[in-house]
Amino acid sequence: MLLEVEGLCVNYGHIEAIRDISFGVPEGTVTTLIGANGAGKTTTLKTVSGLRKVRAGSIRFEGKDITSIEPYNRVKLGISQSPEGRRCFIGMTVRENLEMGAFTRKDRKTAAYREDLDRVLGLFPRLDERIDQIAGTMSGGEQQMLAMGRALMSRPRLLLLDEPSMGLAPKLIQQIFSIITEINEQGTTVLLVEQNAAQALKRSHDAHILETGSIVRTGTGKELAGDPAVKAAYLGGDV
Amino acid sequence: MNFEFFFNNLPELTITGLAFGAIYALIALGYTMVYGVLQLINFAHSEVFMYGTFATLWTVIALNAADANGVKLIAILIVALFASMALSALIALALERVAYRRLIERDAPRLIALISAIGASFVLAELMGLRDRIAGWFGLDDDLSEYVGKARINNSMAGTLEKPRFDVGGVSISSIDIIVIVAAVGMMVLLDQFVRRSRLGKGIRATAQDPETASLMGVNPTRTIQVTFLIGGLMAGVAAFLYMLKIDTTKYDVGFLLGVKAFTAAVLGGIGNLRGALLGGLVLGVAENWGQALFGGEWRDVIAFVLLVLILLVRPTGLLGESLGKARA
Repeated sequence: MLLEVEGLCVNYGHIEAIRDISFGVPEGTVTTLIGANGAGKTTTLKTVSGLRKVRAGSIRFEGKDITSIEPYNRVKLGISQSPEGRRCFIGMTVRENLEMGAFTRKDRKTAAYREDLDRVLGLFPRLDERIDQIAGTMSGGEQQMLAMGRALMSRPRLLLLDEPSMGLAPKLIQQIFSIITEINEQGTTVLLVEQNAAQALKRSHDAHILETGSIVRTGTGKELAGDPAVKAAYLGGDV
Repeated sequence: MNFEFFFNNLPELTITGLAFGAIYALIALGYTMVYGVLQLINFAHSEVFMYGTFATLWTVIALNAADANGVKLIAILIVALFASMALSALIALALERVAYRRLIERDAPRLIALISAIGASFVLAELMGLRDRIAGWFGLDDDLSEYVGKARINNSMAGTLEKPRFDVGGVSISSIDIIVIVAAVGMMVLLDQFVRRSRLGKGIRATAQDPETASLMGVNPTRTIQVTFLIGGLMAGVAAFLYMLKIDTTKYDVGFLLGVKAFTAAVLGGIGNLRGALLGGLVLGVAENWGQALFGGEWRDVIAFVLLVLILLVRPTGLLGESLGKARA
């Protein structure tokens, strides 16, 4: 297991956002958390990246306990997040945003860095075309690509993607999901949070369904996509 | 209104105004950068400047600059500049550690931090204003009389420096004014490039715009805040040194009016905006000096603040208006 979450509890004040959840992300997979608004998907992801404090439980990354490590140090360990709502640095250019993604890297003058930049620009040719454009002037889809590209620039072992399809046109959603598969095939493990369950399940190895802060179902993407109860609740009846 | 004097002396008035404005601008950087990163007005920044003026003064006394000339005098002045930058930076870092860090880490409302800032400002000013007594507690007041004397009145290094003036096409220009303007603008350009191009500078901009996302990139927010205070302190130290070159005299409460003016310059240019601080400082300095010539010296501060109100009525976000985070590359 690349990532192991055990008995995780997270509170917002007195409200329990996450209640005792446990799951793992095997190396090389796409693992998805699906669930309705407020089920605790984003909170789980933010806790893995360190933005939320843990009340109880533990998070292990490559066997190492990272439960109380600050978010900026988790990046160095190889965890990178593309946050909900993209959160690009809208006053910076595309290039500067990508450079921010590589903030912790010490090899930014080397060929290895160039290679990674080329790889990201290869995944998202649109970013290459707009490399000197101010991020805030780009469309939502382009900003989503930038947020994902930025997260890849740190060369993460584990990429956390929070609702990458949110607010995008159907054609763009297809494109984003096939890029996620491509990123995974290039060797990056992905933990995905999605409301678009149909697309997400199709692309994931493992999936967990969250309801009001607890995991209620676990299975492979295929299993869950074929499950009648899941279909009714999350897939609008068709996959 | 004294139009004749004004028009006859317009070039001189402008250059002197620019020199004052350049000093305001350097201090304004400290306000504007901290605001950009923390959305907090560091009202104790005026004292950071004040300590720099004393570091300059005391270095000049300790190294006996009054008897020096030529290369030796220049060397002493360079030491004084570094002393001023070092003390101001130290005070700025101490402020961050003592007055702000715990409040910020615990997400205290910005109003609480503001009270902390005002409190820190009084404490720092009074420590300087009561330094004779404090030295007295340790029986050091005689040994240090040159440094602790006149604790609550003007301390001067007048006469230490010759300030030659030269003539350009009938306009008499003070060499000090030119040094002040060139040095201040040079520092601002350096800082601007640092924030735009360096890795640390980008980290500061990213934190200013979105601290949470910046931390996801690996930016340590506490370090970034420290660096911001450090830069503000260094710039205030340069400002303090240049101020002493120009004015010669300081006092424990010298920071108050200078601080308010610099804060005005920062708001005038667009708070959070580095180039705005420069523009705001220069506009304020020149406007004050012109106004003083037209209406008389007692109107100087009135003009500064009337100008602020007028500009904010037309451009509520200041002359340049963007924030540090949104500043373009």
